[in-house]
Amino acid sequence: MIPLSDYLIVSAILFAIGTAGVFLRRNLITILLSVEIMLNAVNLTFVAFGRYLGSVDGQIIVFFVMTVAAAEAAVGLAIVIALFRHRESLNPEAFTALKW
Amino acid sequence: MDGWLGVVIMIVLGVGFAGVMIGLSILLGPRNPTPEKLAPYECGMPAVGDARERHSVKFYLVAMIFLLFDIEIAFLYPWAVALRDLGWAGFMQVVTFFLILSVGYIYVWRKGVLDWGPVARAVRRQVRDKAA
Amino acid sequence: MFDSTFDAVVPLLCVILAALAAMGAEAFRARGERMPIGGLGIVGLAGAGVSSVLLWNRNAASFGVILADNFGLFVTLVLVVVGVLTIMFSSQVVRRDALPAGEYYALVLFAIAGMIMMATANDLLVIFLALEILSVAVYVLTGIRRDDQRATEAAFKYFLLGAFSSAFFLYGIAFTYGVAGSTRLDRVGAYLAAQSMSDSPLILMALALLLVGFAFKISAVPFHMWTPDAYEGAPAIVTGFMSTGVKAAAFAAFARVFLSAFEPFSADWAPIVWIIAALTMILGTVVGVAQSNLKRMLAYSSIAHGGYLLVGLVAANEVGKAAILFYLLAYAVTNLAAFGVIALLGSRDRGNDELRDYAGLWHTRPALAALMTVCLLSLGGLPPTVGFIGKWYIFSAAVSAGYYGLAIIGVLTSVVSVFFYLRVVVMMYMAEREVAAAMPPRVTGVSMAALAFAIFVIVYLGVMPTQVLDLASASIATIF
Repeated sequence: MIPLSDYLIVSAILFAIGTAGVFLRRNLITILLSVEIMLNAVNLTFVAFGRYLGSVDGQIIVFFVMTVAAAEAAVGLAIVIALFRHRESLNPEAFTALKW
Repeated sequence: MDGWLGVVIMIVLGVGFAGVMIGLSILLGPRNPTPEKLAPYECGMPAVGDARERHSVKFYLVAMIFLLFDIEIAFLYPWAVALRDLGWAGFMQVVTFFLILSVGYIYVWRKGVLDWGPVARAVRRQVRDKAA
Repeated sequence: MFDSTFDAVVPLLCVILAALAAMGAEAFRARGERMPIGGLGIVGLAGAGVSSVLLWNRNAASFGVILADNFGLFVTLVLVVVGVLTIMFSSQVVRRDALPAGEYYALVLFAIAGMIMMATANDLLVIFLALEILSVAVYVLTGIRRDDQRATEAAFKYFLLGAFSSAFFLYGIAFTYGVAGSTRLDRVGAYLAAQSMSDSPLILMALALLLVGFAFKISAVPFHMWTPDAYEGAPAIVTGFMSTGVKAAAFAAFARVFLSAFEPFSADWAPIVWIIAALTMILGTVVGVAQSNLKRMLAYSSIAHGGYLLVGLVAANEVGKAAILFYLLAYAVTNLAAFGVIALLGSRDRGNDELRDYAGLWHTRPALAALMTVCLLSLGGLPPTVGFIGKWYIFSAAVSAGYYGLAIIGVLTSVVSVFFYLRVVVMMYMAEREVAAAMPPRVTGVSMAALAFAIFVIVYLGVMPTQVLDLASASIATIF
């Protein structure tokens, strides 16, 4: 039996990887993927806690989070496409019309 | 950690075997390259053009819409499993959910996202002009 | 399980049905055909307003997760006002900028539905879902002018940091769920009240992550980086909508989570919120002074106003809680009207939102200049406007709770902020109009009616605030 703390540590590491990705990567699509990694790290936490508490709530919540993540990804990709049409680039450094 | 020893041995064996095989073929195999041999392998057909060409935005649209409607299916499975326990109340909730979704679907349909190619679009325009 | 009453979701349903109807209407609209889709939205919002009034004092609950208590209903009414004003201002902007009308109104209505849901939710997961419903709609609204590069860029920045902060918020919910075994706020509150002596690291983790998530949404320093860019790039009326509606909804949820469920741990979070409030007020004001773009200036001003609202949250006494609600109403109406004027002065190719575009506005559009003056005075907190009363109550709450430092910072930053609001006023009246400047476009009757209504509220509540204040304190009493 793997203890709860192991799951929490793995998900914390995943969350940190996602956070670092958002700050460090230089491609808009990769940044979007990093946000998805963060959400999935949270999903892992929910499932682990749900299992630990002996309730299925944790897994049900994950369904909702997945749906939200899909909706967000769809909108995010649409915005990226619109952005690409203006600049022909996916490098965030290229987008400087507004002061960052 | 005892239970993991087998996995470690398995990984070491697998990687080692593959490494030895690749190494042996590099060391022992004859090498006389021709352009055909260096071409990327694609089911035996000669490759046509660069794979990194730009696709129509339709692909993105369909992919995004698939993404959304595909995920909604995930809510059907738990409902199907607990169908009898949830009864009519659960049924009504799922129907409501799908009515809302179908408004989105009708919208996408009417906006012509599902029309592929110039022919379908031209037909649609004709029908619309006739109606107007 | 499912036999609970539907009453509490009626306001929400009205708005959602209107949004769906708007979407359906757009789907069956022939090209070039004009439909009164905005009117449809107003009808839905009116339904939400009427049902909220009918639900007053009844404490209805649906499914255990939507709670139509007076606190939620008060915020719902504020959001209805925000929605109606937004739609009224939009009618002119949508036509001028050739925006896709059906999509635009459907998105506005879905966003309002999410906001109402967020204000009345009694479950952390539902708050998260509501937050996403409104955020996704607002991301698209921000970038609805696809031909405008700045708008698209603003949409992406807003989207990226919004999704990023949602992940933090969700992580906080996960820890809360792990600790308390439920996401329902009443159960979380009961569990935490029993645990208030032990500082479990998981609880503190949950607290910190939820705080970060909320701080992003209300654009509190140091999580405000996205605000000026998103507010400057978005169409002016969308900026007005999101700076008021999103902030009101996020603050309602913030107050509900931290003043009810996490109340037992206020000794842990109050000092942190104190610092955030002080930084937010100072940075919003100081950086706002240096701006030359009116939208960007008002973006910093809205950051500062978030700081004043946080002061009420820190004070957390009866006056402070009522003051939050009153201030939300005051800020929403005033800020939306100010952005409405900016939106009406713009043209399709040019936002006309630089400070120098306002030079001599008094000579070309005296009515708009006068209305803008009232809005700016109210934002600056000068009597006899509603902004003054709102600030007065916030600061007196801070003083009575013993937070003298915050009250002093608040008053000082207010005084400084008056400087940059007055700069615009001086520009409008004293400066000569540039010869090359284009004549601002005509204003339609609907937009003018919306402006007149907003100004009436600003002045009326500035002179006779007692009724609404009593209402606000009564609605606070029901839950906390």
